[in-house]
Amino acid sequence: MTSLHIQDVSRSFGDVTALAGVSLEIRQGEFFALLGPSGCGKTTLLRILAGFESPDGGRVTLDGADLLALPPHRRPVNLMFQSYALFPHMTVAKNVAYGLERERLGRAEVRRRVHDVLETVGLTAEAGRRPHRLSGGQRQRVALARAIVKRPRVLLLDEPLSALDKKVRAEMQLELKRLQNEVGITFVVVTHDQEEAMSLADRIAVFKEGRVEQIDAPVTLYERPGTPFVADFVGANNLFTGTAGEGGVDVPGIGLLPCDADVAPGTPVLLAVRPEKVRIGEGGRLSGVVVDVSFYGGVSHVSVGVEGRSGPVLVATQGATRVTSGSPVSLGWAAGDAVLIAQ
Amino acid sequence: MTVDSPTRRGRAPIAARLVLLGPGLAYLAGFLLIPLALVLSYTVFRRGRFGGVVYEATAENFTRLFDPLYLDVVLGSVRIAVITTLLALLLGYPTAYLIARLPQPWKTIALVAIVLPFWTNFLVRVYAWIVLLSGPGLVNSTLLDLGLIDEPLELLYNQGTIVTGLLYSYLPLMVLPLYAAIERLDPQLREASANLGARPMRTFVSVTLPLTMPGVLTGCLFVFVPSFGNFIIPELLGGGRSIMVGNLIRDQFLKARDWPFGATLALALLAVLLVLLFAQAWTARRYGRA
Repeated sequence: MTSLHIQDVSRSFGDVTALAGVSLEIRQGEFFALLGPSGCGKTTLLRILAGFESPDGGRVTLDGADLLALPPHRRPVNLMFQSYALFPHMTVAKNVAYGLERERLGRAEVRRRVHDVLETVGLTAEAGRRPHRLSGGQRQRVALARAIVKRPRVLLLDEPLSALDKKVRAEMQLELKRLQNEVGITFVVVTHDQEEAMSLADRIAVFKEGRVEQIDAPVTLYERPGTPFVADFVGANNLFTGTAGEGGVDVPGIGLLPCDADVAPGTPVLLAVRPEKVRIGEGGRLSGVVVDVSFYGGVSHVSVGVEGRSGPVLVATQGATRVTSGSPVSLGWAAGDAVLIAQ
Repeated sequence: MTVDSPTRRGRAPIAARLVLLGPGLAYLAGFLLIPLALVLSYTVFRRGRFGGVVYEATAENFTRLFDPLYLDVVLGSVRIAVITTLLALLLGYPTAYLIARLPQPWKTIALVAIVLPFWTNFLVRVYAWIVLLSGPGLVNSTLLDLGLIDEPLELLYNQGTIVTGLLYSYLPLMVLPLYAAIERLDPQLREASANLGARPMRTFVSVTLPLTMPGVLTGCLFVFVPSFGNFIIPELLGGGRSIMVGNLIRDQFLKARDWPFGATLALALLAVLLVLLFAQAWTARRYGRA
């Protein structure tokens, strides 16, 4: 059952192409993320869904009905702005009630729903305050409450966690997921932060220069990136450019690296190995010298300089590691842990 | 807005403060406060037979103020100034709104165009209106040539002409503070309002207007104050009769040579303006808390 259907949507600003024919299907009740670096067109798509921008071409339907034909104020879509865009001259309760009052609901009904939603986001005590007297986290909760109180069919969130400090972020992240489970609204979140996307979303669409590179669940996206851009952008990765050979990838200047090759020998490919899949020990195919060791508590990151490669190879190990900066090491990985990406 | 508490930090020594503030304060005291106090003191004395002031206490100036003859002039001036201010607001708000949404460089060009008339002499600009509106003037001759009228219209020397002149002169003073207020407004607030289901008109009434209210009040004050006490425009475009309080004050001092009553009228004008200033400051603070 498809809820939000985006078909071949494109938009240019002068010479700049923000969206070059994007097609997506977002399911009812799904937590969907649009992920990409700044300027990749994800925010333009969000603004098109909200009605603040019109596409040059393409179709957007919500449960079969044409969404683009509706003016912004009649769309069953609410947006939580990155800057929150709270009305500074209204109290928290007034901000939240604003959207309901536009629906011509009775006073008692508005009051009840405002009260309920403020309880949900834990801001009952702040109902009478103006936004400027709230903390960043509280403001965000107001923005969220204001958007969900309308019970939209789709909730759009523009970089919902970017303005929060680390601790509040983690809290909000959990809260968003809980809320999405509770209210069952389709959530579409736009973010440039891949950790945010991975932890929140059921599925992620990775954007690059106005195009969708890959749409997949977070785990698939991480373990089986489909394009060189996704392999590089989503999570840390060690990438090697080479050609497919017998039982591995032949990388110029380094040699044959292990992987389950299922492409014809001679094909130019990119080999990607996640840092946590690389093992430090005897008998590896790569040898190098440890450049840096960083300890993060649960994990340690080891950078290893390898001859024939411009950047260091990253290795993540559980807990503390015994290797020290300057010591020679050998690196290896199981052939099944490496991913081949067509160039 | 927070006011720094008067602590030692940030306070210059008394000598330095005197040097910095002294000249300005002396100027204000010598040329504003003392003359103002003198003028205001005249209000309680009698006029001399041939002008000047006889220092003999009386309240008759104030009773005379409420003589319908003069009260009508004061109230008439309020009316003209109010009409001018409202028209300026009605014309100025859409103008300022459009300018604030223009892309550069059109925004700058529009702003310069708004300020441009100030570079020409004020009197010349008012006289230009006489040329335009007089019997054989440009407006009448065009209308006659087009056959829309059979004889010249009486366009000059009425209250409408005064309002036209005041509006023309002080409209920029409405547009500029409005522009500043609208420009500062986060466009995402309008988008948020639409997103929550508000039609454009509702967004204007509930979001744009309240948040630009300080600009509206400033603009209204900027137009009302010079309009209310104006005597040049009523003199030139109103036919020289004492129809606004500014002319009346001028005539009392210079023609009737009744300084005490002129001073009383000046006090009445000052009182109206002070009340407005305080009202504006109070309202602006209420909206400013946002």
